Amino acid sequence: MTAQEDRIADPWGARTPYAAGTAWPVRVDTRLAPGVDEDAVERWVPSASLLHSNGDAMDIAVREGRIVGVRGRPLDRVNRGRLGPKDLYGWQANASPDRLTRPLVRRGGRLVETDWDTAMGLVAERSAELLAERGPASIGFYTTGQLFLEETYTLAVLARAGIGTNHLDGNTRLCTATSAEALKETFGCDGQPGSYADVDHADTIALFGHNVAETQPVLWMRMLDRLEGADPPRLLCVDPRTTPVARRADVHLAPRPGTNLALLNALLHEIIRTGRVDRRWVDEHTVGFEELRTAVADCTPAWAAGVCDVPAADIAEAARLLGGARRLLSTVLQGFYQSHQATAASVQVNNLNLLLGMIGRPGAGMLQMNGQPTAQNTRECGANGDLPGFRNWENPEHVADLARVWNVDPETIPHWAPPTPAMQIFRYAEQGSLRMLWISGTNPAVSLPELARIRSILAQERLFTVVQDLFLTETAQLADVVLPAATWGEKTGTFTNADRTVHLSEQAVEPPGEARSDLDIFLDYARRMDFRDRTGGPLITWHDPRTAFAAWQRCSAGRPCDYTGLDYDRLRAEGGIPWPCGAGAPDGTERLYTQGISWAAPEVCETYGRDLVTGGSVGASAYRAMNPRGRAVLKAAEYLPPHEEPSADFPLRLTTGRTIYHFHTRTKTGRVPELNAAAPKMWVELSAADAAEHGLAEGELVEVTTPRGSARGTLRIAEMRRGTVFLPFHYGYWDTPEGHRPPDGEPGRAANETTVTDWDPVSKQPLFKTAAARVARAEPGTGTEGARR
Amino acid sequence: MNGMTGLLNVLYRGETGLAADLLATAARHRAEHEVHHVATDLAGWSRRHAGLLAEAGPHYGADLAETGAGTRTGAETGARTDEAGDMPPLLADLRRLHLAATGNALYWEMLGQAARATREARLIDLSGACLSRAGRQAGWADTMLKTLSPQLLIAR
Repeated sequence: MTAQEDRIADPWGARTPYAAGTAWPVRVDTRLAPGVDEDAVERWVPSASLLHSNGDAMDIAVREGRIVGVRGRPLDRVNRGRLGPKDLYGWQANASPDRLTRPLVRRGGRLVETDWDTAMGLVAERSAELLAERGPASIGFYTTGQLFLEETYTLAVLARAGIGTNHLDGNTRLCTATSAEALKETFGCDGQPGSYADVDHADTIALFGHNVAETQPVLWMRMLDRLEGADPPRLLCVDPRTTPVARRADVHLAPRPGTNLALLNALLHEIIRTGRVDRRWVDEHTVGFEELRTAVADCTPAWAAGVCDVPAADIAEAARLLGGARRLLSTVLQGFYQSHQATAASVQVNNLNLLLGMIGRPGAGMLQMNGQPTAQNTRECGANGDLPGFRNWENPEHVADLARVWNVDPETIPHWAPPTPAMQIFRYAEQGSLRMLWISGTNPAVSLPELARIRSILAQERLFTVVQDLFLTETAQLADVVLPAATWGEKTGTFTNADRTVHLSEQAVEPPGEARSDLDIFLDYARRMDFRDRTGGPLITWHDPRTAFAAWQRCSAGRPCDYTGLDYDRLRAEGGIPWPCGAGAPDGTERLYTQGISWAAPEVCETYGRDLVTGGSVGASAYRAMNPRGRAVLKAAEYLPPHEEPSADFPLRLTTGRTIYHFHTRTKTGRVPELNAAAPKMWVELSAADAAEHGLAEGELVEVTTPRGSARGTLRIAEMRRGTVFLPFHYGYWDTPEGHRPPDGEPGRAANETTVTDWDPVSKQPLFKTAAARVARAEPGTGTEGARR
Repeated sequence: MNGMTGLLNVLYRGETGLAADLLATAARHRAEHEVHHVATDLAGWSRRHAGLLAEAGPHYGADLAETGAGTRTGAETGARTDEAGDMPPLLADLRRLHLAATGNALYWEMLGQAARATREARLIDLSGACLSRAGRQAGWADTMLKTLSPQLLIAR
C-alpha cells in the first residue's frame, strides 16, 4: 500500500483476482508514521492483529524504542500480506497520552495513584478475607478475548485450582460462546472444522449473520478477489441489513430479527424435500437424521415466509443454491450468535453442511466464526465455560486427567456444575453472593446489556472490583483497584484465530510507565496468594511467557487443541500454524474431520450437550445411548417466537452491531485519529420507509427507547428491512463529561442502555439483536449526544 | 373408557396447572433472567398440551374445556409450602416445577400405554410428543437446580 492510499475511504484496497483452486496472491499492506520510510525502521517484530478475530499476521515497525507502523506478513496463511483499516492505523493507540501508567486504589471515594505492592497487596488481602469468610464461590473473574494464550491459561489455573471458584468467564461469552456451543452440540467437541483457505476452493459461500466485510475485512478481501477472478463462487447472505456482503450476494434473505431458526428449518426442509441429502455420508457419519427430518417436516418455505417475512420463493431459491453446491463453505457470526435461539439456529447451519456432506475437504466446510482475536484461547484454556484442553466437566476421567496435569486433588477443581457464564456471574454479584470481581481487559459498563443495571451492580459498596486495563475505561472508573496493563506490542505471547491458526506476538517496545503484562500481574497474584499443589510445591510453576507456553503444551498434549508441536522459534520463522500440531500432525492441521468425526465418542467428547430449546443437560447416559460410536449429531430444534416482540408502544425491532472502523467500546480505536474521524459519533439507522413514516430526515438527532432506557444518535437512512432499527454498540462515555454514564436523568448514547437482559439458554450468550423499540426526534440540549455544552 | 376419562381429566389439570406454575415462577423471578424467559417459553408448551387434550377429550368422553377442569390461579400456585422452610424461593419453585412436570410425564406415559393397548393412533401420537416435551420441562428444572443450588445454598 502506498503512502497516498486512503484505507479509511477504501477499506478493502485494490483487488488481486484469482481463480478457484489457485493460491491467493500476495499483497503487502504497510502503514508507517508520517516521515518514516521502510529504510528508517530499525526492527520488524512479528505479531498479529488484536483488533478483530481474523488473526492477520503483521510485523510491527520499531524505531528509537517506539512503534512507528505495521506491515502485513506476505507468507502467512491467513492474510498473505494484507491488513484491514483497524490494523493499519490502530497501533497508534499504544502511545496515547492517557494510558494508565500507575496502579490506582479507591480512597475516600476517589481513585488515587499508588504503587504495585500496595495495589496487589490489597487484592490479595481481600481475596484471602473472602476465602476465609465466604469461600471460593464469593470470588469471580471476568476476562477477555484479547489476552494472550499464556495469560488466559495462567488465569484459568489460578482461578480453578488456586481459588477453586467456578466463576471464571470471558467477554467471549458475548462474542464466541455460541460458536463454541454450536460446534460442541454437533461434533461433541469444540474445534473449527474449516479453514480460511476454503474460500479459495468453494463454489458457493453462504454467510449467516456474518457481515464479514466489516468484521473481518481481510477475509472479505479474499472473497472479493475470488468474485473478481475466474470461476467465482455464488454467495448467499442472510442479514436483515443490506450490508456490503448482501450487495454482492446472488441471494439475499433479510429475515425479521429473532427468526433465524425458522428460516434455517425451512432451508433444511427444502434440502430434504428436493432429495439433496447425501444419504451415504449422513448414514456413515451422523446420528439423528430421522429426528431432524420429522422436526422440519412442517417447516415449509410458505410457513417460514410468514414467520420471517421473507418471500417463500426466495427461501426456495436459497435452498436450490445451497443444494446445488459442489463445494459449500458456510460461515456464521453475530447475526446468529447474538440473536434469539442462537445455538439452535447456528447448529442448523452445521446440519445444512452435514446433510450435504460438505465438510472436511477443500472448499467444503463451515466456519463458526469468533468475535475476538484470542477468543479461541479463552475457549481452549478453560476461561469460557469449559475446562482447559476441551475437557468435559461432567466426565470424572477428564477432571482427573486435568488434576494430574496440575498435580492437585480432583476435588480441588469445581466440577459439580458447568463453569459459570458471565451473565450469571453478574447476577450473583447483584444478589450479593459474589463479593469480589476481577475484570481484565474488558469494559462491561458499556458492553453488557441493560447498562443502568450493570452500573448499579458494579457500583455496589459490598462488591470489591479489580479492573486491569490500558485506560481508565467506564468500568475502571467504578473499580476499587485499577491495574495498568501492557498490551499488544509491549509483551510476548501467542494467540489463535477463528481458523485455529496460532501466531506469535512478540514484545516490540516497553510498556508505558509502570504498566505490566497481564501475565506478570497474574503471576504476582499467584505468588502473593501462595497457591500450592497437592505435594506442597507451587501450583503455578512458570515465570514468563515461554515457560507459560510450555505449561500449556503439557495441558494440551493429546487433546484436540494439541500445541505440543509448536514453539516460539518455529512460529517466528514459519508464521501462523493451525492446531492440532503434535505427534500425529507435525505441520499443523488445515481442516478437521477429513477422515470422519473424531471427538464425539462418549468417553472423549467435551460435552454431552444440551436441549437446544431449554438448555437442559442431556447427561452422560442419554448421550451414550444416542451417540455410542461418536458420530456427528444432527440436532433439531423447534422455533419459538422472540421474548420481546414489537407492541403499540415499541413498534420496531431493535438490533445492534458494529462498524469496520471501531472495535468494542473504542478503548483503542476511539484514540486513533483516522479511525475516530471515520466514525466519531453515535448514530441510528432506519430504512427510508420507516424514517419517512416517523417524519425523520437524515442527520437529525433521534432517540431510541426500549423498556430499559434510551440512546441518542444521528439518523442515517440505510438499506435495511422495514420495521427494524439499528444501533452501533461502540459508543460509551469515556470521552464525554460524565466519564462513565449518561448525565443525571438524561438519555445517554450507548446502545446497551436499551438492550434486553436475555441470553441463549444453551450458549448463555446475551441477545443484543432481539428487542422491541420506538424511535422519535430528540430535543437537543440534553443527553450525551447533541447536548449544547 | 372410564379410567381414560379420569386420566384425561387429571392430565388436563396437570398441564394447565404447570402452565400457571411456570408463569407464576417467571413473574416471581424476573431478576433471574434465564429462569424468567425459559419458564415463560415452557408455559407455552403446557398450554399447547392442554389445548390438544381439550381437542381430543370429547372423543374419549372427557369434555375438558367445558368443565374448566384445570383452571388454577396464579395466587394459588404461588403459595409457599411449609416443607420449603427457608429454602431460597427460587430453588423451591424449581423443585416444584420439576415434580409437576415429572408428574405430567408419568401421566402421559400411562396415557400412551393405554393408547397402545387400545390401538388409538391419535392418542399414541399425542402422548408421544407430549411425553417428550414434559420430560424436557423436567430436565430443564433439574439442570437449573443443579447449577444454581451450590451458590444459593452455600454462598448466601
